[in-house]
Amino acid sequence: MNTNGNTYTVIYSTVLVVLVAAILSFVSMSLQDKQNKNVKMETISKVLTAAAESDPSVTVDETSNVMQMYADMVTSAFFVDGSGKEVESMELGKDDLNRIEVPTTADLKKQNDLLKKIDGGEKDLLGQLRLPVFIFDVNGEEIRVIPCYGAGLWGPIWGYLAVADDGKTIKGAIFDHKGETPGLGAKIAEPAFYDEFIGKAFSDADTKFAVVKGGNPDDLNTVDAISGATITSQALGRGINLWVKYYEPYLKTVAAAKTEKDLQQAAAPAMEETAGEATINEEE
Amino acid sequence: MKEKINWKEVLLQPIFKGNPVTVLVLGICSSLAVTVQLEGAMVMGLSVIIVTGLSSFVVSLLRNSIPNRIRIIVQLVVVALMVILVDQFLKAYMYSVSKALSVYVGLIITNCIVMGRIEAYALGNKPIPSLLDGLANGAGYALILIVVAFFRELLGSGTLFGVRIIPESFYAAGYMDNGLVILPPMALIILGLIVWVQRSIQKDLQEK
Repeated sequence: MNTNGNTYTVIYSTVLVVLVAAILSFVSMSLQDKQNKNVKMETISKVLTAAAESDPSVTVDETSNVMQMYADMVTSAFFVDGSGKEVESMELGKDDLNRIEVPTTADLKKQNDLLKKIDGGEKDLLGQLRLPVFIFDVNGEEIRVIPCYGAGLWGPIWGYLAVADDGKTIKGAIFDHKGETPGLGAKIAEPAFYDEFIGKAFSDADTKFAVVKGGNPDDLNTVDAISGATITSQALGRGINLWVKYYEPYLKTVAAAKTEKDLQQAAAPAMEETAGEATINEEE
Repeated sequence: MKEKINWKEVLLQPIFKGNPVTVLVLGICSSLAVTVQLEGAMVMGLSVIIVTGLSSFVVSLLRNSIPNRIRIIVQLVVVALMVILVDQFLKAYMYSVSKALSVYVGLIITNCIVMGRIEAYALGNKPIPSLLDGLANGAGYALILIVVAFFRELLGSGTLFGVRIIPESFYAAGYMDNGLVILPPMALIILGLIVWVQRSIQKDLQEK
């Protein structure tokens, strides 16, 4: 047979391409569920690790059933907008583990793009923000986990911060990255670095938090940068700062609720009437 | 025409004497990129073995029917198919490793070893020898990857397979991991040293 004729060539390539496409779509479809689950489980394990970091009795590692742990510990998960109002809730998966909903890094990127636009002056987009918040009950302590996202040296970097019920103190942190330099920028994903965040707090000033060179361990609002990875460290600091800035309205309502609760506990049971003023809206 | 195939040569030639990385100097890019950790290097090596083996096998099956004018395109389609399959399986069953390898699994498509072996061997030989030739060449590549990764992980992070090897007391005494080894240029130097060692053993490779 003449394998060099035009007709033969065209038919041959068509059949080959259709065949290959069929194989690929079949494999892709049959593995899709498993791949998505991997991605979801990774996010869940990151969120959980951040939440449980201050409590040594809870460990999250490769052997843990992170989905079960998540469903057991989470008390509520939702999105807030730029004014700190809860706008949408997430499925917690208490009845069916497979239905747990968590935002993907692609969702975080979308929010990050919005945040950058808002920070550039487009304040009318504030209402479109959908910033995720997870609330966990870690052995009786209420821990909120919020994500952050930014552009590192080679690709995106992101992470989760666990915040105490005063809306300021960091109880735990964990970071991840797409492709930072191994041994340098990639160190943001190692405990030696993110453990430094425990006990630090967000500042009331314009710069909420920073990662600085030669950081002083006693300074509440900064952590020490990784030597040799200046760009990654600074990017992480900027990312945290940007995200926390727009979480602030929400975190303030959290803090206000706590102050209210503390006051009540101190004054109870004599002054029960003050409970009526539960919603304090701080404006600056 | 019945040729006698020297099986031993097909299998062993690519591992040492005709190693695709150190002798043919193919696939250098990825051997610099994925050799920071041993685990990643091993999975990458294994992926390349599978891809070279299967693509050589399939192309050899098709070799008499491929229209000569679109030969390279057909080969590319076959190689790309194998690479995507490997990538999909890694994502589903070895997620953490696939994350560490990131784009480099996909870039096996551009690895010259795969196309090189198809052009040089699979197009002119029967499927079974082609399969073995592909597997052996992949193995030769994997071997170099593992050797380079061994030194880079040990000197750069003080670990092997993520397990700490250099004792803490060394660090206390002032020993420091060599950050330079982590960066790609040092991988090239290690690779150069391997080539040097091989050429001083195998005199016939030395250029006059």
